[in-house]
Amino acid sequence: MQGMSSSDLPPASGPARAEAAPAVELIACPVCDLLQRQADPPVNGRVSCARCGEVLMTNRRGALERTLVASISSVILMVAAIVFPFLELSVAGLSSSASVLEVALAFRGTIVAALSIATLLLIVVIPLIRAAALTYTLLPLILGRRPAPRAERAFRLARELKPWAMAEVFVVGVAVALVKIAGMASISLGPAFWALAGVVVLVISEGASLCEWTVWREIERARKAPPAGTRRVAA
Amino acid sequence: MSRHPAPAGAAPGRTARAAGLVGCRVCGLASPRDLATCPRCGAHLASRAPRSLQRVWALWLVGLMCYVPANLLPMLITDSVGQHYASTIVGGAVEIAAHDLPVALIILLASVAIPIAKFIAIAFLALSIRRRGRVPPAARVHLYEFVEFIGRWSMIDVFVVAILTALVHMGFFASIAPGPAAAFFAFSVIFTMLSAQAMDPRLIWDSAEPDAKHG
Ligand SMILES: [Zn+2]
Ligand SMILES: [Zn+2]
Repeated sequence: MQGMSSSDLPPASGPARAEAAPAVELIACPVCDLLQRQADPPVNGRVSCARCGEVLMTNRRGALERTLVASISSVILMVAAIVFPFLELSVAGLSSSASVLEVALAFRGTIVAALSIATLLLIVVIPLIRAAALTYTLLPLILGRRPAPRAERAFRLARELKPWAMAEVFVVGVAVALVKIAGMASISLGPAFWALAGVVVLVISEGASLCEWTVWREIERARKAPPAGTRRVAA
Repeated sequence: MSRHPAPAGAAPGRTARAAGLVGCRVCGLASPRDLATCPRCGAHLASRAPRSLQRVWALWLVGLMCYVPANLLPMLITDSVGQHYASTIVGGAVEIAAHDLPVALIILLASVAIPIAKFIAIAFLALSIRRRGRVPPAARVHLYEFVEFIGRWSMIDVFVVAILTALVHMGFFASIAPGPAAAFFAFSVIFTMLSAQAMDPRLIWDSAEPDAKHG
């Protein structure tokens, strides 16, 4: 009953050995569970699920490289965003400035002190961990080396943390806060604001270019490849 | 091979579950059903997320219970030359509307419209898995993906409160402190995000199968 004939499977390319070794041949759509053959997307093309249309894999030229560059740059920009002042507010000769760290810790000592930890995580710690995990996973792949130890764990972490990295939401919050106090005082944006704006651009561009399933295949292939073998990334 | 006419949007083929396999939602690989972790990426494997709907409803309820006080209690407490003033989420948006309507609309959208729409959407999706409705699975999955995408944007108002608190100190022209609603609201957003994540979209497609037989 559970045996399956290869003719049932939508994209046919190459011989199917479903019963013998399903582990290397078949993928299942994460949305509708349709079983299909693993097919390589054409360059700058995509593979979609035959049943629900979900985009399963994309193959943009240089996607891994772009993601790596975005990750490394966003670590640098995040550090700049933390070190430099962020907003400066002045009214009648008095002035006050806040860094991203001060904003993240603004809730400490108030009745909602627990929020300080959450805010610090959402706008500083998690974006940094994500960028570091992506760099750790992608750098060896791009250099054609063996994947780093526990690269799978690191890349899964980057995926799990994705919804919780809220740098871009924070930047919109800054814009709203500026309007709220615009009437009371004059405000100037510090260098940290522009660093953070840069992070937002990078986060958005990274999300658009990275195909996670391609990275998983690359990690798997690199683990199985002979040690001295030189490989092409995203063939 | 189906005995029933295929529903709209269905293509020939077979689910991993029907073939005795389990698909990895992280990397896509289909593995034999007896594997506990994915051989490619190491993720935990489950043909369908266990107790998905129970977890969705539990987290949904906690999120809703946080959302009520988030709207009733003060979000922002301002002390300006001896005057003590507390404003709720909606009250704060109404104040801004006086001098900047678009920003007031952004706050109302992020803090009121999106959270309420999310509660309704998640409840609808969870209910539609149990009893078959007329909305096709593809449309329901689009709604699910939209809910997942939009959830984090509700945090805007919490960040606004944090920025104002950090910037406007005591001894300055005014002092701003967060009210209890900030915490309730943040936790409401976090729990509804967790609720949406607990839903396994494969259940949505299962519910549309003509001969849906479970177990
Ligand atoms: Zn699908
Ligand atoms: Zn996997």
